[in-house]
Amino acid sequence: MTEVAFFVGAIGAIGGAVAVVALRNPFYSVLALVVHLVFLAGIFLLLRAQFIAAAQIVVYAGAVMVIYVFVAAYVGGIEEPMFDSSPVLKIIGPILALAIFVEISIAVLGSSLTALGTEGTEKINGGFGTPEAVGKLMLEDFLVAFEAASLLLLVAAVAAIILAGRKKAGKEAA
Amino acid sequence: MDIEWYLVLSAMLFAIGFTGVLIRRNPVVILLCLELMLSAGALAMLAFSRMLGTQDGQVMVLIVLVVAACEVVVGLGIVVAMFRRRLPLDVDDMKELEG
Repeated sequence: MTEVAFFVGAIGAIGGAVAVVALRNPFYSVLALVVHLVFLAGIFLLLRAQFIAAAQIVVYAGAVMVIYVFVAAYVGGIEEPMFDSSPVLKIIGPILALAIFVEISIAVLGSSLTALGTEGTEKINGGFGTPEAVGKLMLEDFLVAFEAASLLLLVAAVAAIILAGRKKAGKEAA
Repeated sequence: MDIEWYLVLSAMLFAIGFTGVLIRRNPVVILLCLELMLSAGALAMLAFSRMLGTQDGQVMVLIVLVVAACEVVVGLGIVVAMFRRRLPLDVDDMKELEG
């Protein structure tokens, strides 16, 4: 049962990812990424990360992708030719990516991680991955990272306002 | 399911996103491919988290979610600014951006 769920999720996630790269219209690429994220959230559930899976659907596939859809619709569907300016990169790119995939796989599988070949440790309690457990950990052990993330969000919000308000400054400069 | 299946899937998704960053020229699609690479990293961290039986990796994935949101806001802000100035939405034509 787990195997079936994993392979359905994996095929969906890989298919979505390939579609993001291969589709020419950026609008369809965004929709393909939503499909990818939904299948990936299913895989997160198999890893006992319920809260992360829910956050992935709500925040990522919901909110962030809406911004992408807005921008993709705003700048218009510019269909780019697949083989145009740098055909060398188009050939070398996939080769490099294949090399990275092989390299990471060898590095992970060749390492002597004791849990490889198992389903992970058996020592997980019933509250593993629930909002209570993750939130408690976040506000106790990882408070500094939490605060740094909030600061980062503030900086990004200010940057977005500056970028959006650049029209007036550009007119003055011109 | 053995843990290494998740890690290999993560490596595969990372490689697909990497291909996209290399071969696509539309900045919106490049940002989407960066999201693919980030989510591959998140999958690896969740797999390690499950492997060790601690939830530290899950907190890290939440932080990655925040970083991804920031990256989207700034990146798409730049795309919209490029569009407004009628610059071509093609990273190959933006060579003068290099610092």
